[in-house]
Amino acid sequence: MYIHSVTLDKDRCKGCTNCIKRCPTEAIRVRDGKAKIIKEKCIDCGECVRVCPYHAKIVVTDDTEMMKNYKYKIALPAPSLYGQFKDMTIGDILASLKSCGFDEVFEVAYAADIVSYITRTIVKIKNFKRPIISSACPAIVRLIQQRFPSLIDNILDIMPPVEVAGKIAKDEAKKKTGLNDEEIGVFFISPCAAKVTSVKNPIGIKKSYIDGVFSMHDIYSMILDNRRSRDKSVEHASSMIGVGWANTGGESYGTSLENCLFVDGIQNVINVLEEIELGKLNDIDFFEGLACIGGCVGGPLTVENNFVARNRIMKIKEKLNKEANIKKHLVADYRAFMLNVELKKSDVLNLDDDIDKAIDKMKLIDEIYKNLPGLDCGSCGSPGCRALAEDIVKGYASEYDCIFKLKDRIKILAEEINKLSIKIPPVIGSDKEVKS
Amino acid sequence: MEFDVKARDFSSAGESSSAFRKTLLMLSVPSDIVRRASIAAYEAEMNIVIHSYGGKMHFEIYSDKIVIIAEDTGPGIKDLELAMTEGYSTAPKEVIEMGFGAGMGLPNMKRNADVMDIVNHDENGTKIVMTINI
Ligand code: SF4
Ligand code: SF4
Repeated sequence: MYIHSVTLDKDRCKGCTNCIKRCPTEAIRVRDGKAKIIKEKCIDCGECVRVCPYHAKIVVTDDTEMMKNYKYKIALPAPSLYGQFKDMTIGDILASLKSCGFDEVFEVAYAADIVSYITRTIVKIKNFKRPIISSACPAIVRLIQQRFPSLIDNILDIMPPVEVAGKIAKDEAKKKTGLNDEEIGVFFISPCAAKVTSVKNPIGIKKSYIDGVFSMHDIYSMILDNRRSRDKSVEHASSMIGVGWANTGGESYGTSLENCLFVDGIQNVINVLEEIELGKLNDIDFFEGLACIGGCVGGPLTVENNFVARNRIMKIKEKLNKEANIKKHLVADYRAFMLNVELKKSDVLNLDDDIDKAIDKMKLIDEIYKNLPGLDCGSCGSPGCRALAEDIVKGYASEYDCIFKLKDRIKILAEEINKLSIKIPPVIGSDKEVKS
Repeated sequence: MEFDVKARDFSSAGESSSAFRKTLLMLSVPSDIVRRASIAAYEAEMNIVIHSYGGKMHFEIYSDKIVIIAEDTGPGIKDLELAMTEGYSTAPKEVIEMGFGAGMGLPNMKRNADVMDIVNHDENGTKIVMTINI
């Protein structure tokens, strides 16, 4: 069963249907005046969170109170955090973050430097299908599993930076403190919903190395409260490459591959994946697709306007070293950072496991669809007429959920009633003869 | 499923193959077959857009095979053997400049289909039937 971070606050939802049309996987329906997310289809991209005018779509993250359950606490800030504050250097941000109650801060940007380093190494020795597709955005990986299964083999099988950070931070802390796994808490400060979900419900690895995920939103004001902190013990080790991962194209830059294509915005990514599947982009070495506009700085849990944040990241990068000083022992065995659970095709789109039955259902869908008005108005609670036809065949909806169909039917009934109403009963007068 | 394809309408080119691809995914067709069928359909659709006066894409799906029929009106294929050669293109210059018509259409269709028949290709039009086994 999928666990999702994107959920609905029923009380706030007005059933306005704004969200159902924006969902790229058609995972939302409105029923009984409230939005409903079809769990198996949702990829936690956060589009609905952004578009809901009533803020009824919420991202469930962990409560910072959970830190109390651990003896030693480590914060893992996403690179996009660095773009959220005006007039604060990375050093300032890390120091204030530590003062929010952590014993240590480990930069995910530094882990991104390591992932870039490993990528550069293995693309030379391993024969990857081209274009190699980034595995960094979990929403995109899930999208590929659902809609582009033939591209699963192209996915770069390295863990995303957040997991690499979690693993290293925990291992190093164990050595340093002598505490065991359960006593050390590793907490990710996330810009997005998809990454929250991928911790609770990992993709490509058995178990996440992260113990809790806090929303960047929630941590933002805590950092501001502690901004006077001058904790010198916090080390800033990430480079231009690692910090660059916050913006679209940052990962591509880190691969050093010549012909990279980077695209943001989920619909744009879908369009390009279609072209890749058609074999039209075989000259591309690396494809980086990110669900959010701008990349992770545009994540639904960030605070700052994504264009402003993107610009800030560019400025911060200018002052950093070109490459990070990666400690040799950390990357001595890169295999420790590879995905170890096979990425599987998702079957949620299948109409039926039996192809004959599926074909019959498809025929029925086509027939029903032909008779619908084709306005895609969403009044039925499904994202479009085609989706309603599918829902009817699957038994989730009825033809009369379509208000136009309902109106037609009412008209027919009304005419029928009218006809009946002018019929006169025989006692008043009728020319009907009685036959014996 | 049947779709009309307009000549030179690049903005909606590929739409019928894209809808066809989605249908295949819903029918639990194995992903490599989905991919091959999408490529074959896309190339055929683009051929109609680039070379003909307009036409139709017709898709039939059975439990053991997929049949794609691309039918168009005029001007036909003049030299079939040449057209089957990779890189040979009769696409107009402005179309090639747009990045289409690289002369891979027919060879690509042949490569991805299990059986490909060019039923007729005279000045009245072209009809191509491709079968892909599931
Ligand atoms: S956008 Fe969706 S979640 Fe928000 S109020 Fe409308 S129906 Fe409800
Ligand atoms: S998070 Fe994305 S995939 Fe999930 S319901 Fe919202 S829009 Fe759809």
